[in-house]
Amino acid sequence: MGKILGLTGDEATAEAMRQINPDVLAAYPITPQTETVQRFSEFVAEGIVATEMVRVESEHSAMSACVGAAAAGARAMTATSANGLALMWEICYIAASYRLPIIMAVVNRALSGPINIHCDHSDSMGARDAGWIQIYSENCQEAYDNLIQSVRIAEEEKVKLPVMVTFDGFIISHAMERVEILEDDEVSQFIGKYKNAYSLLDVDSPVTYGPLDLYDYYFEHKRQQIEAMEISPEVIQKIGKEFGDLSGRYYDLMGNCHLEGAELVIVAAGSTAGTVKSVVDELREKGEKVGLLKIRIFRPFPAKQITEVLRGVKAVAVLDRSVSFGAQGGPIFLEIRSALFDEIKPPAVVNYIYGLGGRDIGVDEIKRVYKNLERIAHTKKVDELVGYLGLRE
Amino acid sequence: MKEKGWRDIPWGGLILEEGNAEKYKTGDWRTHRPVWDERKCTHCLLCWVYCPDSSIIVKEEKFKQFDYDHCKGCGICSTQCPTKAIHMEEETKFALKEGGK
Repeated sequence: MGKILGLTGDEATAEAMRQINPDVLAAYPITPQTETVQRFSEFVAEGIVATEMVRVESEHSAMSACVGAAAAGARAMTATSANGLALMWEICYIAASYRLPIIMAVVNRALSGPINIHCDHSDSMGARDAGWIQIYSENCQEAYDNLIQSVRIAEEEKVKLPVMVTFDGFIISHAMERVEILEDDEVSQFIGKYKNAYSLLDVDSPVTYGPLDLYDYYFEHKRQQIEAMEISPEVIQKIGKEFGDLSGRYYDLMGNCHLEGAELVIVAAGSTAGTVKSVVDELREKGEKVGLLKIRIFRPFPAKQITEVLRGVKAVAVLDRSVSFGAQGGPIFLEIRSALFDEIKPPAVVNYIYGLGGRDIGVDEIKRVYKNLERIAHTKKVDELVGYLGLRE
Repeated sequence: MKEKGWRDIPWGGLILEEGNAEKYKTGDWRTHRPVWDERKCTHCLLCWVYCPDSSIIVKEEKFKQFDYDHCKGCGICSTQCPTKAIHMEEETKFALKEGGK
């Protein structure tokens, strides 16, 4: 068995990267991701990892270097936050469409402007349509665990998609927690050796990446990406179970749900799920039928499974830590509400936008949400479909 | 050629067959066609040097012909030709003559 360490989210991520020991890591520093790559660069300097570290001049170049490396057959990784991810945008789509299993840690931070360095999910939520699998982590342990699993998910032959593993900036990235670390050889055995069937460096089987793809085949290639996304849940579940057999920590499409007998449910992603969990425990002791549904895999969105676990629930509040300007609510809300559309007796669903730019959310606010859900379940009336939690009027 | 469905093509837009760019006839992108004047040509082959689509066919170190299947009609050859032995003509003229080809 491995060991127990006190690590911040950034450090736990760097530790996972050290054990993954990728062929190439290309990254550019940006708060609050900086410590991840800084720590990893120490491993490189000390010769602890065999990674070729590419110190690029921007995130656009970081993702481009990963694309080149992955197409050449390397296991490639990067990490970023907020504006850094935004600068990668163009290449994120290219990485996914070339089916390159690049792994990226996204330390969630608000997108400018005005400039802000603290947590919200606007960065990764903005990239939700780029064709990457997205895994949200609640705490340092999950950031570590998810990163290791993501290597296997991305490289699975029938998936072959890049994966971003996210965790909350500062709240997780800079907070020290108890983290269980696997043995180095356990991780290297779990992830195995990477073999890209189509490597640019394989001169015996030459291959072209990125040719012109017009109206005659582009559509078919997009359909293949859709298929890979649709196949990926079973792979994610299989690997989550295998990882559980190894570590004792099992993972599924959704996080650890506290839904037994729940009538009033909050849906949350990231560190806030932990806050909700403590409220659920407290209220359940008082006999209240409250529950939490934690979003783990957001892309692909596990609509079927979520619909099943929410069956019989009376009222649901979806917490979104990002805005989709001009839309009918936050990104998670839109997915959940749409997923429940075909239910014969769907629960009432409301949305709360919260925590933008690192605005703190506490147990009192969560309790207020459950109070509102109680009222909605009782009156069967929704006054406000989209509300704002912790906002000054 | 019947185009294949999404299940039957390599993923990611990969091309697994080497040198198959030749199969993609880009000549039909052309709006202007280079035309060669044998009397003016000195066979210096600057056209061959500059052609971005390898569409100048040379035989025994002499200009032989254009590869109209792949020439996109960019006109670089006619601009570079020091003896003005290549000029560009509108493709429509030939289209009528060649029956829309």
